[in-house]
Amino acid sequence: MSSPAVLSTPVSGSRPAQQNGRRVPPVLLLAVSLGILAVAAFASVALGARPLSLDTVWQALVNADPANGDHAVVLSRLPRTVSALLIGAALGLAGTALQGMTRNPLADPGIMGLNAGAAFAVVTAIYVFGVTSFTGYVWFALAGTALAALVVYAVASLGREGATPVKLALAGAALTAGLTSLLSAVLVSSQQTLNTFRFWQVGTVSGRGWDVLLPLIPFLAVGAAILLASGRALNGLSLGDDVARGLGQNVALSRGVMAVGVVLLCGAATAAAGPIAFLGLVIPHLVRGLAGPDYRWILVLSAVLAPVLLLVADVVGRLILPPGEVPVGIMTAVIGAPVFIAIIRRRKLAEL
Amino acid sequence: MQNKLEARDLVLSYADRTVVDGLTVELPAGKITVIVGANACGKSTLLRGLARLLKPASGVVELNGRNINSMPSREVARTLGLLPQTPNAPDGITVADLVGRGRYPHQGWFRQWNADDDAAVAAALEATGTLELAGRDIDELSGGQRQRVWIAMALAQQTDILLLDEPTTFLDVTHQVEVLDLVTDLNRRAGTTVVIVLHDLNLAARYADHLIAMKGGCIAAQGAPADVVTEELVQDVFGLEAAVIPDPVSGTPMVVPVGRHHSRPAPAAKNPAVGYLPNPHDSRHEHHNPMEAAS
Repeated sequence: MSSPAVLSTPVSGSRPAQQNGRRVPPVLLLAVSLGILAVAAFASVALGARPLSLDTVWQALVNADPANGDHAVVLSRLPRTVSALLIGAALGLAGTALQGMTRNPLADPGIMGLNAGAAFAVVTAIYVFGVTSFTGYVWFALAGTALAALVVYAVASLGREGATPVKLALAGAALTAGLTSLLSAVLVSSQQTLNTFRFWQVGTVSGRGWDVLLPLIPFLAVGAAILLASGRALNGLSLGDDVARGLGQNVALSRGVMAVGVVLLCGAATAAAGPIAFLGLVIPHLVRGLAGPDYRWILVLSAVLAPVLLLVADVVGRLILPPGEVPVGIMTAVIGAPVFIAIIRRRKLAEL
Repeated sequence: MQNKLEARDLVLSYADRTVVDGLTVELPAGKITVIVGANACGKSTLLRGLARLLKPASGVVELNGRNINSMPSREVARTLGLLPQTPNAPDGITVADLVGRGRYPHQGWFRQWNADDDAAVAAALEATGTLELAGRDIDELSGGQRQRVWIAMALAQQTDILLLDEPTTFLDVTHQVEVLDLVTDLNRRAGTTVVIVLHDLNLAARYADHLIAMKGGCIAAQGAPADVVTEELVQDVFGLEAAVIPDPVSGTPMVVPVGRHHSRPAPAAKNPAVGYLPNPHDSRHEHHNPMEAAS
């Protein structure tokens, strides 16, 4: 390892290092990812039960003719594509931040109890308050997510060392188990609630019109802004709390701010799409393997690559069982699980 | 005086268990201070308190005359660096990246990475002899190399005070000496005030300018190692019967444990293993002739 050449390249601590050449420069990764995202988004608009030529799709997007039936089909698919983009980005960012702030490689909105909180709140909305519209669920799902986050954090904070990664995961799992059984109890006793709830519960991006998406945009925007700005803080936390605090970071404040971002993103995404598993778990690992340990890049790339997986899952789900559809929540798990296993087998799971 | 770090009537506790009990100490500026003591004597806790990682239950830690817990944490981080016992290296991080993370307190929203940071990182790598490792992954390094990289990270922070919590714990003896030599270099070259918690009493006595022996959350003795390390003190602080002789290399006090089994030196016997742990069923009256050291 004689490489005095190291000095001639700038010794960059903060910029991602590429000295050993094994890693693709993150800028290039980002460009490629954006390209793939564009293709996936286009495919999501173009592919479906009704076959359309690429040219028709393109024309519909750039120069829509309201009288043209094909164009109408394309435009009707648009909200679904936008949902997948927004929800995917939200879950990718939230999963990355959750893993980083808890230093737990298995943290995701499902394991941390956030999805269960949202689900229980939605069931409450349906059963107790008779809410049946997605716009109505949003507030309940957000509140449920936030409450779940608070409970998990409070429970995990009991005891001497405070909220350690392991205790957070345990508290999340416990809350999930508790809420799930309560949820089952309600659903078993009320056929009507079950009928409404199951459409939300599977996790899907179809049938969400602009009326569902628009009210979510502010939540998603604020949440994404918070998390995209949290890269430096996550980099600090990844060295362990003591080192981070030694470097002058306010660890509790960082975590608190990020938790707000996570709750906004998870709550809004889950409200719109139902619980979508695996996305927030798999994507950060995939990105970390590609881009290295700098969270400023991991966050950005997660926000781009998570929608890719969600779009692909949605498109595949649309095509594999014609004329029916497999909901995207099931497809992400079907696609995500093998990816996750592959990641685990290829390299030891990142110790966070 | 610059870079003055001191604690007054410091009480540190976890939940309701008091670990450091009303301790007053001043860490000499520009010197190497080593804190020793038996397990659970509160030495690491004291270091955490001095590094403002643990809020005092009462009493105060002062950095240059100001209460360290009411100073902005980032401002403290530009004066006082800390290397905890088990820092966490993110998977796949390169040496240069990790050392660069030490620049955190010097950066901010409007103060991005610049030439100063590059220079600080390069200097830290050079000082710790890790420059040629700059592009390597942390996971590929040996324990000794890794510890030098962590010290480099603390150096990149460019602080006048450096606190190290058992920096030699998982290292073999060669690398223990290497790390302590390195820290001594830094102290001699840059005048950095160094505070180290160490397990090994002999290395502590050799490398300390100022030695603090702790027992039960209080200071049992402090001063120059030659004054502090005596057979009585080792008995008192560690509960260990030992002979104290001059270190043949440095002349500093050297502790030779007595133990129960090897106390009468046979003519051909080599030195008994240093650091032999007393048997739990130890009965202290049974030992025979403890080696009488030349004093």
